[in-house]
Amino acid sequence: MNHFPEAWGRPRDDVYGAYNPLYLQTTGPKAHTQSPAVTGTSVVAVKFNGGVAIAADNLASYGSLARFTDVKRLRKFGESAIVGFSGDVSDMQYIDRLLESIDIRENYSTNGNTLNAKNLHTYLSKVLYKRRSEFNPLWNHILVAGFDEDKKPFLSSADLLGTTFSAPHLATGFGAHLAIPILRRLFPEETPLESISKDEAVAALRECIKVLWYRDARSLDKYSLAVVTEAGIEIQEDQQVEAQSWAFAEAIKGYGAQVN
Amino acid sequence: MTTLSGQPLSEAIGYSFSNANSAPHREHSFYPYTDNGGSTLGITGSDFAILAGDTRSVAGYNINSRYVPKVFKIGGDDETGDGAHIVLSVVGFAADGQALKERLDAVVKMYKYQHGKPMSVRACAQRLSTILYQKRFFPYYVHAILAGLDEEGKGALYSYDPVGSYEREQCRAAGSAASLIMPFLDNQVNFKNQYIPGSGEGHALEPKKAEPLPRETVEQLVRDAFTSAVERHIEVGDGLQMMVITRSGVEEIYYPLKKD
Repeated sequence: MNHFPEAWGRPRDDVYGAYNPLYLQTTGPKAHTQSPAVTGTSVVAVKFNGGVAIAADNLASYGSLARFTDVKRLRKFGESAIVGFSGDVSDMQYIDRLLESIDIRENYSTNGNTLNAKNLHTYLSKVLYKRRSEFNPLWNHILVAGFDEDKKPFLSSADLLGTTFSAPHLATGFGAHLAIPILRRLFPEETPLESISKDEAVAALRECIKVLWYRDARSLDKYSLAVVTEAGIEIQEDQQVEAQSWAFAEAIKGYGAQVN
Repeated sequence: MTTLSGQPLSEAIGYSFSNANSAPHREHSFYPYTDNGGSTLGITGSDFAILAGDTRSVAGYNINSRYVPKVFKIGGDDETGDGAHIVLSVVGFAADGQALKERLDAVVKMYKYQHGKPMSVRACAQRLSTILYQKRFFPYYVHAILAGLDEEGKGALYSYDPVGSYEREQCRAAGSAASLIMPFLDNQVNFKNQYIPGSGEGHALEPKKAEPLPRETVEQLVRDAFTSAVERHIEVGDGLQMMVITRSGVEEIYYPLKKD
């Protein structure tokens, strides 16, 4: 005990080192997201004759820790659109709430919710672009699957900078490296959409998720798969990677301490 | 520096919170830009202007998509672009390019509603400069080229830097392969380093005078410029989109490029 009552009960600098006062700041510049915290990895999607299929695993990582293993990263919007999220999970939940409120508002309007996947993608890309322009990004890369105004299958991407692009098959994160080459080989970009069946598309996505599970260290063998067709959305949220074969792993040598 | 109790630091026991008011400033680690690659090119003739761009979109070594247009009709119908007489190309950061295009499109449409006549290319060029300069300290990270026909019906081409400096030119290449294309244009459009054979002794040759080129020649120059750029630049390829502006409107031509 000493004569400084305000210091009583506080950790001593000479014992514990100086406390980093950064975390106590209430004044100064407002801290925006500088990096994502809890994150989801790849989302993969492919267009087929009459619809779009999209898949993502159920993992939310905290750095290298597999933190939550039943996170649904495919979110429904209305009756014919799906949004697949990778990146920050809390930002995903914020965007999901945003979409929920739009869906409710639209449903109260005289025409019902007539927003299609294309409208949804335009809206989301503008939200993302606005936030990046405020230096307060929503740390996500999203894929939007569904239909456009002509009832044609629609698949498009938007990222945290507001960059948008569309292609017959898309993947975010690690999937851009691992899944896209598989999808391009199965369905070359010249192939007419009419020649790709729903079953082929779904089988291809399952294969992509399996490869990602083999090689993406932040992935999981439990995943969600959604198919959007004219008939509506089929969403399966507790899929398991089947027929795993780790035989290839034995042949992999030369990483880390093991040189040969 | 003093402690909480007002004692000089050297005489007090080392307790924490001694320097709670001097947190170091943290730098933003979020970078709001990316380079989506690609190249654009514009050339004018006596009664037409051509604005072209490749359709590849990249992020680092990844190809996002093989069809993301960089050349847009301004002031026309939202979906088809019908009725437009001005064309804008943007290359650099695609999300900024998209935002810039939408702002200029709105401006040109509002001008027509308010004044009952289409906006002249000269006026539109000045307005685009103002729009870019308004964001002088958080620029639209794009190189823009604006094309149309001037008051006399001659081809008009204006090129910009990201903060709005602009000038009217006969030809201009922008984007990642600009350094490959521009020297070719100097030689083939403005006849730089070309001399009339036998017009003088030794180095006193008479330079060949630049004259407006016919449309077929210009179209072929554009194709040649891009096929060559595709060979030597990894960010350029997939497709060439050409907008030809003449008295009778804007004609769009698509020409496939190598996809490697």
